[in-house]
Amino acid sequence: MTTAISVSGLIKTFGRTRALDGLDLTVHQGEVHGFLGPNGAGKSTTIRVLLGLLKADSGTVSLLGGDPWRDTVTLHRRLAYVPGEVSLWPNLSGGEVIDLLGRLRGGLNEQRRADLLDRFDLDPTKKGRAYSKGNKQKVALIAALASDVELLILDEPTSGLDPLMESVFQDCINEERGRGRTVLLSSHILAEVEALCDRVSIIRLGRTVETGTLADLRHLTRTSISAELAGTPEGLAGLPGVHDLRVDGNRVRFDVDSKDLDQALGLLTRAGVRSLTSQPPTLEELFLRHYADDLARETGRHAAMVKS
Amino acid sequence: MTAFVGTWSLVRLALRRDRILLPAWILVFVLFAASSAGASIGLYPTVESRVALGASANANPSLLALYGWVFDPTSLGAISLYKLVALGAAMVAVLTILVTVRHTRAEEESGRLELIGATVVGRYAALAAALIVATGASLVLGLLSAVGLMSPGLPAAGSFAFGLGWAATGIVFAAVAAVAAQLTAGARAATGIATAVLGAAYLIRAVGDSTGSGGPSWFSWLSPLSWSAQVRPFAGDRWWVLVLPLVFAAGLVVAAFALVARRDLGAGLLPDRRGPARAAAGLSSPLALAARLQRGALVGWATGFMVAGLVFGGIAANVGSLADSPQARDMITKLGGQQGLTDAFMATEMGFLAMIAAAYGIQAAMRLRSEETALRAEPVLATSVSRTRWALSHLVFALAGSAFLLIVAGLTAGLSYAAASDFGQFGRVFGAALAQLPAAMVLTGIAFAAFGLVPRYSVLGWAALAAFVAIGLVGPIIGVDQWVLDVSPFTHTPKLPGTAFTAVPLVWLAAVAAAAIAIGFAGFRRRDVT
Repeated sequence: MTTAISVSGLIKTFGRTRALDGLDLTVHQGEVHGFLGPNGAGKSTTIRVLLGLLKADSGTVSLLGGDPWRDTVTLHRRLAYVPGEVSLWPNLSGGEVIDLLGRLRGGLNEQRRADLLDRFDLDPTKKGRAYSKGNKQKVALIAALASDVELLILDEPTSGLDPLMESVFQDCINEERGRGRTVLLSSHILAEVEALCDRVSIIRLGRTVETGTLADLRHLTRTSISAELAGTPEGLAGLPGVHDLRVDGNRVRFDVDSKDLDQALGLLTRAGVRSLTSQPPTLEELFLRHYADDLARETGRHAAMVKS
Repeated sequence: MTAFVGTWSLVRLALRRDRILLPAWILVFVLFAASSAGASIGLYPTVESRVALGASANANPSLLALYGWVFDPTSLGAISLYKLVALGAAMVAVLTILVTVRHTRAEEESGRLELIGATVVGRYAALAAALIVATGASLVLGLLSAVGLMSPGLPAAGSFAFGLGWAATGIVFAAVAAVAAQLTAGARAATGIATAVLGAAYLIRAVGDSTGSGGPSWFSWLSPLSWSAQVRPFAGDRWWVLVLPLVFAAGLVVAAFALVARRDLGAGLLPDRRGPARAAAGLSSPLALAARLQRGALVGWATGFMVAGLVFGGIAANVGSLADSPQARDMITKLGGQQGLTDAFMATEMGFLAMIAAAYGIQAAMRLRSEETALRAEPVLATSVSRTRWALSHLVFALAGSAFLLIVAGLTAGLSYAAASDFGQFGRVFGAALAQLPAAMVLTGIAFAAFGLVPRYSVLGWAALAAFVAIGLVGPIIGVDQWVLDVSPFTHTPKLPGTAFTAVPLVWLAAVAAAAIAIGFAGFRRRDVT
């Protein structure tokens, strides 16, 4: 499998603020890669470095086999970008912007343009200033998706879309995957990442803290168990992988690390299980675990991070 | 009254945002008025010299159209300030239009007003705050100008009549802008509507004033810009005329508030026109996009240059009869010419147009920075458009646009001057207009270099223009050293027509402009796009 994006040890500082602090990111060709992190973690900064808009202070960055700072124009023919904050020219219509960006990129697929306008239910005759946030995003999305490119870089592309449009977006991304395109999807919507992404990188304070497939990451996390037992469970509290144990008569609720799941279930069956629900770890929990604990400690530093 | 809740907080916010802009503008006007008064006192010391100037001014339709009447040629104040009564009032009106739109429709369009509107702020608060700021600024400007006029020794009553005339005009056009801001959804369009009203008011006044005593002079009473003149400062001080602008402004303000009550936040009363569903085939390059974004402004500027050219050409044809006093001749000669009053006059006006063309070049080049900060450069630069190509697209407009404006002014000035004298004059005047281009290009270069190297300080272009204008206008009068004058590119343009044409300084100016542009490109290719 070849690599579409390869970043290692990327550092970018703005004045005294270190926005990226040795970030690593690897995106394989043909995969949909989720790019997660709290506000100000450095997602947009990374993307702007990948687009050659910002110059990296140090670290190596390779995009589609080229250097995004040096080979900007040739690389940009092969990718399409949807910015996190879409700002349209107030006096250009949406249709004009789609055509303009498509042509500047080197052409757009007419059939898909018409199809996308229809699916996203966008009126292309409105002027830029008249669109709502979601509709501005649709303009940028259609312009990107209608282009025949190898790589899509999407920076929180759905933050203004309604649930109906969100599902259209997910269909579109799945089709893109089917066409063999690579997608880097920065997102806050964990359900979306879970539904779409083959692999995920989580960044925090300008550094990559976790990367892998969802299955890999789930392995690192906990399953929630809630059970009604015949007797009193013994030894659960002593198990190192069991957390937040609550015993209410013969009802128990606890979270358990994946590696200790088997042992914990063994203890439950010994006490006699009447009913059992288990919830697989959600990305949200993973996400929260990665931020919540450390963030509390590093609030000061976090506040200094600017999203740029 | 709950609809006005929060007005004072918004007034404070507006004053905070304008803490540099407003005092600077007000200072410019006060200095402008005071220095004109001071200079004229020296130029027309005797009643005879004043009557002679007044008579020739009142007999010249071009001057009447441009400035209006001298109502009392014996009065020192009336003679000193007749050029500023209406023209200055129009400039005050530009200021209040900009301030009013900036704090109403521009805030609304950017979405910031929504942020504020969701807090404890009534629906009328933003408009009320903008009007309070614009009215307050007009009054401060008018009263300080009056004080400025009194300092070289003009009578107090006339000074206040003059200052309040300016203030009243400012208030009227703040009210015009308040209504315009309700009509459209875009701030640029609102400014355009209000400025068009101002232009129409100036034209109506010009027509009414220039018809002569036998014509329909009542016509000029229809224009709000005439009212400040009809107060007749230093020539009778008719205070009651000030009631007209105040009543008119009050009516407009009521209308503006009624319109606010009738529309949604963010929407205008005039429906936003729809655009095409497909882009025209030509809209496929950064240059085509720049053209789309800049063409409206260029047409507006070109109209101004066309009118200015016509007026200057017309005045130049009979300028010889205007300056009767030796001091006035001396003054015009001092302002830049060496041969013949007419040529000197034309050279002065061409130098003036060069500065305005430079202002156009700066604002067109600064479109790069505003596109960048509005995050509209990013999507374009993420396509296969290189930084150089994108920057070039707007830079072409700055340079070619300045050239176009000077060509327009050269054509119209040359034709109107040639029509009144002989056709052989056309080439001289047209050439004089074109010779201004290299100096104007230097300013575009400075603005572009700032954009490329130090984007945060991209206002450097404007600062440089302000400094050069100050050097050019004030320097020769107060007698600064030649090297100070030489700092300004405008100093180096040959004083055409009238002097021998030399290409050397123009080539140097063009080389400086080219070097500054090269620095800008080098900087922009290396820096972060933010």
